[in-house]
Amino acid sequence: MQSVESFVVVSLIKSVIAVFVLLTAVAYSVWLERKVVGHIQNRWGPTRVGPFGLLQPLADGIKFLFKEDITPPHVYKTLYIAAPMLSVIFALTSISVIPIGNWVTIAGVHTPLQITDVNIALLIILGVTSMGVYGVALAGWSSNSKYSLLGGLRASAQMVSYEISLGLSLIGVLIMAGSFSLRDIVDSQSGVFWGFIPRWNIFHGQTVAFFVYLMSAFAETNRVPFDLPEAETELVAGYHTEYSAMKFAMFFMAEYANMITVACLATLLFLGGWHGPIWGLTWMQAVLPVFWFLAKVFCFLFLYIWIRGTLPRFRYDQLMAFAWKFLFPLAVANLVITGLVVALRS
Amino acid sequence: MTPVATPFFFYLLSGLALLGGILVITRKNAVHSALALILTLLALAGLYLMLYAPFVAGVQIILYAGGIMVLFLFVIMLVSIEKSQREDQFNKQWIGGLVGAVALGALFVRVFVRSKALHDLTGMPMAQLPEQSNTQEIAVYLYGNYMLAFEIASLLLLVAIIGAVVMAKKRI
Repeated sequence: MQSVESFVVVSLIKSVIAVFVLLTAVAYSVWLERKVVGHIQNRWGPTRVGPFGLLQPLADGIKFLFKEDITPPHVYKTLYIAAPMLSVIFALTSISVIPIGNWVTIAGVHTPLQITDVNIALLIILGVTSMGVYGVALAGWSSNSKYSLLGGLRASAQMVSYEISLGLSLIGVLIMAGSFSLRDIVDSQSGVFWGFIPRWNIFHGQTVAFFVYLMSAFAETNRVPFDLPEAETELVAGYHTEYSAMKFAMFFMAEYANMITVACLATLLFLGGWHGPIWGLTWMQAVLPVFWFLAKVFCFLFLYIWIRGTLPRFRYDQLMAFAWKFLFPLAVANLVITGLVVALRS
Repeated sequence: MTPVATPFFFYLLSGLALLGGILVITRKNAVHSALALILTLLALAGLYLMLYAPFVAGVQIILYAGGIMVLFLFVIMLVSIEKSQREDQFNKQWIGGLVGAVALGALFVRVFVRSKALHDLTGMPMAQLPEQSNTQEIAVYLYGNYMLAFEIASLLLLVAIIGAVVMAKKRI
């Protein structure tokens, strides 16, 4: 039992660290993306600012801050200003329940490696991501221009459709773990089969669910090949056509923060979270779980970028047909079979 | 840890829910009304959370605030604002409205008085489900005690879906 004051102080410290780390990760995933896509297309990517262009995110940030912030005269002003803020708020909120490791004791305080440990963490993340669509939809509407409105409409239709298969793909994992708590779900994936294959959910009956999740998550974060809401060949820049300077940067940050959330969630639910081979000295044993978690998240982000550099974009009717005629039945079938197997076993 | 500042959060969330409700009917712009409705739904989710019903709160946000309201907004965004702002905001059916409001108010008052009286009479504490097993309890009630009602509701939704498809498609 801890007192309210110590709870508030510890939570504040953890929140500041988490937001700082997340925003840095966002900045460097942009750098990573430009670098990797550059190499895929036989270019160098950013090289001028700092060694290997490592200071490029900093330069970009300064540029965004000092650019002129244009508000077009025809917009609905209140919502036009609120929309990017909503996007960023919802994108940053979901990190608060994501655990990156086990409990630790630092300076006499015993605390989990996450901002707050709640037993409905997964519901919170789903709720927050489902609210995230408002940022995009309102940006499209309040800009009061054709391209933006079409982008916003596409985004809301796409995100509502793919949210269903996303949610259904997670239920299989929930049935196997028997809990909404991300910590319990990770704990249910410890151990190995036959001495070498880890008991992660992706190898343990939820392979199909993982791929359904992967594709729905790509669509939820508006990434290639599902980036119809901002398809530049048809819609200029989609919902953020009328935005400039820091407001545009906020949409950008929200998109990458969402990518990182999705990568964390995939790691926790399907790839065994912080479980991995642990050896060596005491301090190594303490650090390695966090290292494994971050390494898995990094691999997932790399996959994101890799696919962006490889695949062309869907057509809109293909996108919708894919969600409703392929992913949705597949997710339902996976759910029924998982439920049946778990019921027969118990 | 024991809950902190419960009355404060209760009045805050209730106030937000009422404010949202009033804004829904007084705004002229339909998009603003929809946003006010989202505020009300979110405040309700907070109230569910205070009643130790985290699953209901989560579903409230995911389904109502995040799902159904997106579809509302989707339709409203396509409505021309200039045209809708010239039209009358309220219709003139005062009598019907008044009767409905009085009946509903009487119902609320009666339920409140009854529950409070009952509560004082028996001294029974309000039913409290443990937070941990809340989701499970809902499932047991839904698929056990109220199975028939649940299935009837599902059937109704299925009929609505099929009806929508039939109306949208000329040739099936």
